[in-house]
Amino acid sequence: MSGVRRDKGGLIDRSKPIRFTFDGRACQGFEADTVASALLAAGVRIFARSFKYHRPRGVWGAWSDDPNAVVDIALDGISFPNCQATTTTLTEGMAVRSINAWPSAQRDVKGVLDLAHRFLPAGFYYKMFMWPDWHLFEPMIRKMAGLGTLGQEVSDGFQSAVLHEHCEVLVIGAGPAGLTAAREAAQTGKSVLLVDDQAELGGSAYRIAGQAGWQAPDWVAEQLAAIRSHGGRILNRTTAIGVYDHQMLSLVTERGLGTAPVLRKVRADQVILATGAIDRPVTFENNDRPGILSLEAGTEYLNRYGVRPGSRIAILSNRPDATPYATQLSEAGALVTVVDAASAGLKALGRASVRGLIAGKDRFDCDTVLASAGLTPLIHLWRHAGGKLAWDEGRQTFVPSEGPDWMRVIGGASGTFALDAALDEATAAAIKAPVPARAPYAIAPLRPDLSSKGRQWIDFQHDVTVKDVALAHRENMVSVEHLKRYTTLGMAGDQGKTSNIAGLSAMAELKGQSIPDVGTTTFRPPFVPVPLEAYRSTRRDRQMQPLKRLALEPEHRALDAAFGEYGGWLRPAWYGTDTEQVAVRRECQTAREAAAIMDGSALGTIEVVGPDARAFVNFVYYNTMSTLKPGKIRYGFMLAESGLVFDDGVMACVDDTRFIISCSSSHADAVMAHLENWRQDSFDPSRVHIHDTTANWSTVTIAGPKAQTILKALGVLEDMADFPHMSLRFGTFAGEEARVARVSFTGDTSYEVSVRNTVVARLWRKALEVGAQHGGGPVGAEALTVLRAEKGYILVGKDTDGETMPHDLGFAAPRARKSAAFVGDRSLHTAKANEETRKQLVGLSVPDGAPKLPIGAHVVAEEGGTRRSLGYVTTSHDSPTLNRPIALALVEAGQQAMGNPVKIWHLGQSHTATIAPACAFDPEGVRIDA
Amino acid sequence: MQQFPCPFCGLRDEREFHFAGEAGKPRPDTTQPISDADWAKYLFYCANAKGASHEVWVHTTCQEYFVMTRDTVTMAVLGTHALHEVPA
Ligand SMILES: [Zn+2]
Repeated sequence: MSGVRRDKGGLIDRSKPIRFTFDGRACQGFEADTVASALLAAGVRIFARSFKYHRPRGVWGAWSDDPNAVVDIALDGISFPNCQATTTTLTEGMAVRSINAWPSAQRDVKGVLDLAHRFLPAGFYYKMFMWPDWHLFEPMIRKMAGLGTLGQEVSDGFQSAVLHEHCEVLVIGAGPAGLTAAREAAQTGKSVLLVDDQAELGGSAYRIAGQAGWQAPDWVAEQLAAIRSHGGRILNRTTAIGVYDHQMLSLVTERGLGTAPVLRKVRADQVILATGAIDRPVTFENNDRPGILSLEAGTEYLNRYGVRPGSRIAILSNRPDATPYATQLSEAGALVTVVDAASAGLKALGRASVRGLIAGKDRFDCDTVLASAGLTPLIHLWRHAGGKLAWDEGRQTFVPSEGPDWMRVIGGASGTFALDAALDEATAAAIKAPVPARAPYAIAPLRPDLSSKGRQWIDFQHDVTVKDVALAHRENMVSVEHLKRYTTLGMAGDQGKTSNIAGLSAMAELKGQSIPDVGTTTFRPPFVPVPLEAYRSTRRDRQMQPLKRLALEPEHRALDAAFGEYGGWLRPAWYGTDTEQVAVRRECQTAREAAAIMDGSALGTIEVVGPDARAFVNFVYYNTMSTLKPGKIRYGFMLAESGLVFDDGVMACVDDTRFIISCSSSHADAVMAHLENWRQDSFDPSRVHIHDTTANWSTVTIAGPKAQTILKALGVLEDMADFPHMSLRFGTFAGEEARVARVSFTGDTSYEVSVRNTVVARLWRKALEVGAQHGGGPVGAEALTVLRAEKGYILVGKDTDGETMPHDLGFAAPRARKSAAFVGDRSLHTAKANEETRKQLVGLSVPDGAPKLPIGAHVVAEEGGTRRSLGYVTTSHDSPTLNRPIALALVEAGQQAMGNPVKIWHLGQSHTATIAPACAFDPEGVRIDA
Repeated sequence: MQQFPCPFCGLRDEREFHFAGEAGKPRPDTTQPISDADWAKYLFYCANAKGASHEVWVHTTCQEYFVMTRDTVTMAVLGTHALHEVPA
């Protein structure tokens, strides 16, 4: 005989039946049932099998403290693994399956593991599977010992939201203490938020026993009405999972299985914790048998769900207040015996379900045991907030002591188990009155019997017994933190809510110490398991990293551009409907033979203005910029203070007080932050300003032998004479200011024409129209990377790594000669910076007919049968201009090895190449002025 | 999540800020000889004070760098002021 549904009592709605299945068997519950209460009412005893030994497991708790009843649930074709049956609201059509059990919890093939328990002691995995490699064993062990199974189905719309809130008083837990505190605080006019993890508020109110005239449902309803009438807000199904810095708490609101919970980040001026207390298990032989429940859970099932957990019930407890519970249960029709938990020689009888209890010489026949070794306050959030704990000898547990002044703990959570005292504490907390003295409460200390030959469970979910703790102790695991890791005690889904004190108690007994001397482990959020989705929320995909869009995007789309993301920008990769290979080859030819018309708007554009602008740019650039004349442009590097290359690009001098920096398109934000740092730290910020104008301008780049002709036809500049490479001119287009920089990233004559976004489409169309007359056409980002690679022009971050300094790239002059201070200067003169084996930028050529080298392939030295990496390929392309593969690489002392053959190694394959100059095309640079 | 008072914008969430370094570490004059040890000290060594710690932070939304004094044990913010301002 086991659990039975009573025809009256509880908060369930008997007019609304709910059908579901358990391991294929049809069952029925009612609205407001949890999966656990419905299963208990259906007479189910074995809910799951344990993690390691496949021992049958019943339900221990009635809420989030239950370690046993973990199930997989399928609903609407989607399976949800590892659901806590005790906290999951029953829903029509649920298919519930027990975990760790095949074919079912009732008949488990692997239950034979239980007979082999002496071969599976604590630390077994560590010792047994270290050699030769844990990974060989892991798949087998995971299959044997894992928890639930993750389904393949994707739950559409399983999306959450993060809300941010503030309140003056946050009350956590809507039991009698929490309700009273929230009501009192609301009556003072404060903004109050009351949260509780249950659907139906009231906490322990329904199971309070022996309190004359106590009518729980009415009392709870009165409190809720009073709180609401004073403007207080109430959130049910909401768990406070953690307390974080500066008084921020995270609340998770359940919305039912299959719907992602909502995460609330609340900053509260004052927090009142009324999270209650839970029963500790009694540690005795076979204390994990199905049918052994906590005393509070047994009465909770009776009063909240109308389920009497058994018919012949033994209450096994040391609690002074156990008798009224016995009265409640006998009034509900059970035969109840109270057994002293301090009795010697305790043992549970029965295998699949408890059948009796032996206490010393006495034997009690029973189908259910309600056990409690005392109440443990739920002080997790207090510890998250930095509150301290003190051992309370009378209560045989830890209670809150000193802590933050903005948090108060009341009721069961502070060890105040009597109703009247808890309500007094609640009122005092709400009006910030002094904390009333803690009422005396004394229970007999219980320690595990170390002489018992049978197995006594401490952590039900992770199968940790007293013997495992003893083994850990023998093997010198002196700290509780070691004990935890060695035995995995407290590391299951319940995070030790029930096992913590039992484990400490066993350890204390073994060490001959008191429990407070053994100490506690750290409490960390979250208080209950939370789906990762709740944290992700809207921080996903493009909401996390919005794309930067070009003003010319519609123009590119009209030309059938293939788009790609380049450093956060959505840019045209190539144009037309050809394959990438064909299109890139054609665009490279257009660029080399006529002119490339390109969208250069993504390039970072930062203006530096003010009387100290010249000194500033000279300081932030590796290259000497102090001598740059108005109208002139210079290429340079920015370094980090470590001397490493941070960015490269050109800078134009407009006049003595205005400079325009071009930086890598993907790097503009970082460059901006870097410059701001130096401006504010090392300069008078009122004499130099920097401004990111990237988004204010759009740029059409015209590069190739016909570039000059095309630019002339655009009519932007009145006079094209005396406009040499690396200079800047101002003109007009469509009546607006236009800026023309003659710089080149392709090696050909090239102009970057920058105008306001409002007129750039007209400029682009006109450039295409004029360009077409001379054989030019649009060229995308992919062809540009090939064109620049042919010239050996680097991309920072691609052709440089976390060790590259400018002299590794062939720019050694400022290091040797620049006398003014600049960022990174001293770092260029360390022993490391002077090493002859530094990796240097080189080109690589391959034998005739050989394919292009793979990017990332290593240049290797073969010495005595072993390979050593000398560097690696950073860029590799088939050059349409040269009709052969080209590559750039960073190679140890590569400049000294010019012309030497080298071995290349990639994924088990050997190649050969020859070290060559980085610039493979037009090394004399005649085309730039052609 | 912590909250920091930007001297220019007021109290904002931690996610709007970046740590920039410990305060009171002036850049050595690199036009003069500096030993490797001194340069390494400037580049890499931090006092990492337990308790009150003076740090430079940047409020990324207004881009202003400022000095913040905070307790590295309790996470309490003890004060902030603009970079070139001497606190009263
Ligand atoms: Zn600010």
